[in-house]
Amino acid sequence: MNSARRLRLRIFRITVFLVMGAFFLVPIGAMFEFSTRGNSLTAPRTLDTWTAIIKVPDLVQAISVSLQLAVITSVAMLALLLPTMVWVRLRLPALRRIIEFICLLPLTVPAIALVVGMVPLYRWIKINVSESILMLAFAYLVLVLPYSYRTLDAGLASIDLKTLTEAARSLGAGWGTVMLRVVVPNMSTAILNACLLSVALVLGEFTFANLLLYENLQVAILYQSFVSAGTSIAVAVAALMFAFVLLLILSFVGRPRERVARAEEAA
Amino acid sequence: MVSSSSGASSRPSARAGVEVRLEDLKRRYAGVTALDGLSLTLAPGELVALLGPSGCGKTTALRLVAGLEETDGGRVVFGGEDVTNVPANKREIGMVFQAYSLFPHMTAMQNVAFGMQLHRVGVAERRKRASDMLELVGLSPHAHKYAHQLSGGQQQRVALARALAIKPKVLLLDEPLSALDAKVRARLRDEIRRVQLEVGTTTLFVTHDQEEALAIADRVGVMQSGRLEQLGPPMTVYSRPATPFVASFVGLTNRLNGVVRDGAVEVRGTRLPLVQTDATNGPAVALVRPEAVTLAGEGDSTPGPLNGTVIATAFLGATSRVTVDLGDVTVLAQLATSDAAAHPAGTRVRLALRPDPVLIERDEAAPDHG
Repeated sequence: MNSARRLRLRIFRITVFLVMGAFFLVPIGAMFEFSTRGNSLTAPRTLDTWTAIIKVPDLVQAISVSLQLAVITSVAMLALLLPTMVWVRLRLPALRRIIEFICLLPLTVPAIALVVGMVPLYRWIKINVSESILMLAFAYLVLVLPYSYRTLDAGLASIDLKTLTEAARSLGAGWGTVMLRVVVPNMSTAILNACLLSVALVLGEFTFANLLLYENLQVAILYQSFVSAGTSIAVAVAALMFAFVLLLILSFVGRPRERVARAEEAA
Repeated sequence: MVSSSSGASSRPSARAGVEVRLEDLKRRYAGVTALDGLSLTLAPGELVALLGPSGCGKTTALRLVAGLEETDGGRVVFGGEDVTNVPANKREIGMVFQAYSLFPHMTAMQNVAFGMQLHRVGVAERRKRASDMLELVGLSPHAHKYAHQLSGGQQQRVALARALAIKPKVLLLDEPLSALDAKVRARLRDEIRRVQLEVGTTTLFVTHDQEEALAIADRVGVMQSGRLEQLGPPMTVYSRPATPFVASFVGLTNRLNGVVRDGAVEVRGTRLPLVQTDATNGPAVALVRPEAVTLAGEGDSTPGPLNGTVIATAFLGATSRVTVDLGDVTVLAQLATSDAAAHPAGTRVRLALRPDPVLIERDEAAPDHG
């Protein structure tokens, strides 16, 4: 009886896993297939479209720019959000709802509305500050705010922030030390998660860049598809694989403490 | 006591005990007065326990000494140096918290070494002192475990070692035992006292548990509504409470109606000397400790002022607490268990009141605290 139920549960799990796996992998597989063989199933497999990526300067440039934007956005997000959230939790708890509301707001405004609002601002930035595409980081910071906030908030909720910071301060730690040596290491998983979400969002962003007349990865992929569909698909697959690898790295480095602890217990 | 020669020099006794003075400390939260002019001086190496019900201001006092909160008035002085405006991380305090406060990403050893690292103690010295401190609290075998692998009592002992490792001027203990179960609590309580005596650090200990305070403190300060009601050695606070509040908060108290006449209070036919010798004649409530009540023997069935019926007996181990119904009032008596066994529930007994000095409470002067 019991074992029969366990078996049913197991079958159910495997089925769900397979269906979901197929849901994600079939399109990627199809894209890979298309990028290596073209439209014909009988055509010989070739990596021409993949090697062509590096021969298109616009694509290489866009990849590099998007990666830079991803890094800048993540770093800026952490630098802005983490100290603010810690401070609000410790000293200004009454402001927490307001900060949460502000951070979640971008989620409720459609991207297109956000961009329209930002057009005059970016016109001004292009004239008075810089024409560099890296200025997009400001807009992306707003874009990633809701996701990062949620993730970091969950991380902060999982530690006894008040006691840990007070303990560190009683031992002689200034606020910088408290943040870097006590808060950050104890919510490294949440921080990595927030960064991953930011990176994924930035690498996949199209609307902002396109409407603000910048050429990031997604915009470049679109333009490339007019020239060579195969290459554009190859880049898209590569971007997806990159995100996938990031996710894998995350799941491996996310819990070093537990792993060390388990290793010690086993010893 | 002789400690091992290797450990002695590096232990915090090198900087044993500075005088700690709290001068007229005040603190208000949104209109509510948490601390109403608290003054207290801790002698070098002394352990003072602040005792009181929740909300009496004892934790606020401790946090002001720690620098974790700002004062609305008054001064905090460590060894002659005014630290009132010094931030917590520069005050050279050691603190143990009520909640478990070990850094989860560090081992016990790393936790203990953390503060020394911030104080720029060299690696070799740091390592040595950290192991000495862990040895002092009896946790050497667990030096490389993480907080989640340690029991609550072990975590608090590491926290104590961590606080002492930086050789603080003052050790602050914020109800460090209240999250632990009774048996561990009693053991750790004695251990805290042993360690404190060994290192000689001036210590402020905050608790709501009178037993804890009486057991380990040099002096106990009983607080109520942001004020110090009484400060004195545990024996004095217990046997000579200065105010009715102290009498009712520290230990159990029987409240018996009586009449003050010529410097003594007459309670149900027994004259008891007074703590407040200047009390004027008239009706009053006498506060009588259960251990000052004895069972004099078989009471006859005729109702007398101290004749009554045993209605319950609480077994406490070596002693028992017997509740006696005198008709208009119930009285608690604390007796040796062997004596109490002679008077099971339902038997008639006659009480006697030992003529220890008692406190009185006047209805008009001090309203009933319940």
